[in-house]
Amino acid sequence: MVEVAFFAGAIGALGGAIAVIALRNPFYSVLALVVHLVSLAGLFLLLYAEFVAAVQIVVYAGAVMVLYVFVASYVGGAEEPLWEPIPGQRLLAPLLAAALFIELSIAVLGTALRGLDSEGPKLDTGFGSPANIGELFLERFLIAFEAASLLLLIAAVGAVVLAGRRRGSDAQPSAEGSS
Amino acid sequence: MAVEWYLVLSALLFAIGVCGVLIRRSPLVILLCLELMLNGANLALIAFSRNAGNEEGQMFALVVMVVAACEVVVGLGLIVAMYRRRLPLNVDFMRGLRG
Repeated sequence: MVEVAFFAGAIGALGGAIAVIALRNPFYSVLALVVHLVSLAGLFLLLYAEFVAAVQIVVYAGAVMVLYVFVASYVGGAEEPLWEPIPGQRLLAPLLAAALFIELSIAVLGTALRGLDSEGPKLDTGFGSPANIGELFLERFLIAFEAASLLLLIAAVGAVVLAGRRRGSDAQPSAEGSS
Repeated sequence: MAVEWYLVLSALLFAIGVCGVLIRRSPLVILLCLELMLNGANLALIAFSRNAGNEEGQMFALVVMVVAACEVVVGLGLIVAMYRRRLPLNVDFMRGLRG
């Protein structure tokens, strides 16, 4: 049963990922990424990470993807030009990615870490629940929590500054004259 | 399921994301491929957290999600700014840096 769920989630995640890089229209790529994220949330549930799975669906597949869909429809679903600046890049890039995958797999499978070929220890019932995660965030990882909130604030301000409409800069054909 | 399966899957997702960053031209899709890579790393972190039997890996994954959200916000802001200035949405044309 666990195997079936794992392979279903893995096929969904892999299919979504391949569709993201293979589809020409950016709008469809965003929708494929939603499929990928929901499948990954299923895999997180299999790993007893309930809260992370919920955050993945609500924040990632919900809020962040809505932002992507808005921007994709704002800039228009422009098809990509086929012009290649580096000859053979479309052939070379998958080869390099495959080499990276093989290297990472060798690193994972050849490691001396104990217990990687097992399911891991028996877990108590509250593992990964919101109560445990919240307790850890507010006690052991308080500095990381506060730093994350500060980072989000800075990013929000930065986005407003970057994308804000400035007078006189909209009609310019190039980046010249930016303040 | 052994944890190795999850780690190999996460390596595969990361490699697919790298491939996407290398072959795609549109900055929007490159951001999506960055998300793929971050999610592959998240899967590895959560698999290790399951394997070690404590929740610290899940903390890492949540912080990675925060960083990904920040990256999305700034990246999409840049894309909207590029579109407003009628710049081509193609990373190959954006090779100069100016203050």
